[in-house]
Amino acid sequence: MNIHEYQAKQLFLYYAIPVPDGKQATTPERAEQVAGELGGDGWVVKAQVHAGGRGKVGGVKLAKSSAEVAEFSREMLGKRLVTNQTGAEGLPINSVLIEKTYPIKRELYLSVLVDRASQRIIFIASAAGGMDIETVAHETPEQIISVPVHPAAGLQGYQCRKVAYALGLKGTQIRALGKIMQGLYDLFLAKDASQIEINPLIETDSDELLALDAKINFDDNAIEAHPDILAMKDAEQEDEKENKAQQFGLNYITLEGNIGCMVNGAGLAMATMDLVKLKGGLPANFLDVGGGTSVEKVCEAFKLILSDHSVKAVLVNIFGGIVQCDIIAAGILAAVEQVHVGVPVVVRLEGTNAEQGRALLSNTGLNLYAADDLAHAAEQVVALAKEAA
Amino acid sequence: MSILIDKNTKVICQGFTGKQGTFHSQQALDYGTQLVGGVTPERGGETHLGLPVFNTVQDAVNDTGATASVIYVPPFFAADAIMEAVDAGIKLIVCITEGIPILQMLRVKAAMAGTGAFLIGPNCPGVITPGECKIGIMPGHIHLPGSIGIVSRSGTLTYESVHQTTAQGLGQSTCVGIGGDPIHGMNFVDVLSRFQDDDQTKGIVMVGEIGGGEEEDAAEYIKAHVTKPVVAYIAGQTAPPGKRMGHAGAIVTGGKGTAEGKVAALKAAGIEVVSSPTDIGVAMKGCL
Repeated sequence: MNIHEYQAKQLFLYYAIPVPDGKQATTPERAEQVAGELGGDGWVVKAQVHAGGRGKVGGVKLAKSSAEVAEFSREMLGKRLVTNQTGAEGLPINSVLIEKTYPIKRELYLSVLVDRASQRIIFIASAAGGMDIETVAHETPEQIISVPVHPAAGLQGYQCRKVAYALGLKGTQIRALGKIMQGLYDLFLAKDASQIEINPLIETDSDELLALDAKINFDDNAIEAHPDILAMKDAEQEDEKENKAQQFGLNYITLEGNIGCMVNGAGLAMATMDLVKLKGGLPANFLDVGGGTSVEKVCEAFKLILSDHSVKAVLVNIFGGIVQCDIIAAGILAAVEQVHVGVPVVVRLEGTNAEQGRALLSNTGLNLYAADDLAHAAEQVVALAKEAA
Repeated sequence: MSILIDKNTKVICQGFTGKQGTFHSQQALDYGTQLVGGVTPERGGETHLGLPVFNTVQDAVNDTGATASVIYVPPFFAADAIMEAVDAGIKLIVCITEGIPILQMLRVKAAMAGTGAFLIGPNCPGVITPGECKIGIMPGHIHLPGSIGIVSRSGTLTYESVHQTTAQGLGQSTCVGIGGDPIHGMNFVDVLSRFQDDDQTKGIVMVGEIGGGEEEDAAEYIKAHVTKPVVAYIAGQTAPPGKRMGHAGAIVTGGKGTAEGKVAALKAAGIEVVSSPTDIGVAMKGCL
């Protein structure tokens, strides 16, 4: 799960990680008021959306007067921001963050995440902040420092000093960075984060360190244990269909193509998408209906797939293991009738009672095709989608 | 022979009296698995499915001599269940549970180092030696005792590989689902090395997917140490970056863990990589 920058910065403050003075606003009037409250003679207005790349598309603006703060906020609020990390539809800007500006001496990078290879929480830091860290890692890997933390020992002081010296910090900054890293580590553990990123962490003219940006992702598997974090969820920043799917225990991801896919199992669902592509089609979605497939789940899955109007044909691929294929076939029949499926549906059933299942789906008078093998099913659905397009 | 488990393996079930534990324990018994009891705290002394229930894994081990355990407890209790099994001296722990918080698995893995216990999963279908022992949720009847070792990060793609190698008349020596979570127990290399040393295994099917770098590690290992033919398939070639494809571990981040990268690494190691998941069985037969 993701949260907004202003929410992440509130968490930062609680863990003694310094951030710029700032406040969130949902109206231009309030934004102007906030600027007055913060004082100073320069502010930054930042669109609050769950995506990076805001600066390049007018989602981050520098204001020299409180009137300008109001003006920029008015331009942003209620609009949708399209960045290179959002889809073409962009994300709604329902609030802005107003912050004081600071003279920047240097921009650094600091993040903490779970590293799969070492099976440790690791800190990643770089003196090349403000840039895309993946580009830095790719082009100048020597500029990246990483420090793994053993779960039993926890973060040690020497590890923080190692990062501080590598970043070229001096004097009081060494301890300041140590406090920031310890705060990040404590926050990471306490709230079951999966990644926290500060890009950039700035060094001001007066040698202070400040988290100019803040991005936190949380582990979906642990989110139930953190009602305070769950309360920060902003469903409007997420794909409506993906949210709906979650409610029904379905795994759904919107894609660009026109062939709807309904599959049991995540691996088989990915493989089915790949196969559709291999046969010359494009999948409209990833959908894993899970192991214990019920009529209700299949119905909801069909509704989701068909709510995407670009879908021209549907491929159902079920490997019936413990669940019997004839029961699944009956579920598909019920779903197709209940949901009034108007596009052709190709069904591949394999496993327990597959033949009985296929027999049930044949000669129904419905737009249903029972395929006898997966490769054939994929070819058939691609052909049907092309006919309909 | 086979790897990890055979007809003599004594197995207990943690979460034995729950819905999942009950259903899959019955299936295991019907398959002929030597399931010798189960654990549910506060239910010790009862009988379930004709087998003794114990309060603790230690009691179950002391009484039955079990060396393997399968875990069907809910996600927030699974780390505790794994550690209880380790502590009781269980050598092979199979955790089916999906949805364990990653930080809990991080601690479990660190705590398991040096204990000599092996973990399969979590978020996996389990392990089966056809005709001998089934530990997990895979449908037993699609398997055929035979010569192909199967190792996979995905449950349903394991079944697909089983189905195809059965249809080709090859059968399976042992099938291991290593699980779809980013932090998990045995990895591809751990299983591949056992298949290489196993006389019954004549060929190996390896099914990977996007995310992480274990397929790349496996490619290097196979090139250096595996003389048996390997057929590989990688799922997720059409997956968009930054999106989790069902499995917690199936995600491409920062350009890393892509299907293309994995396929290229495997091909560079001289491994036959099929581009269609429907060609696994035929390709395996062709290699033998």
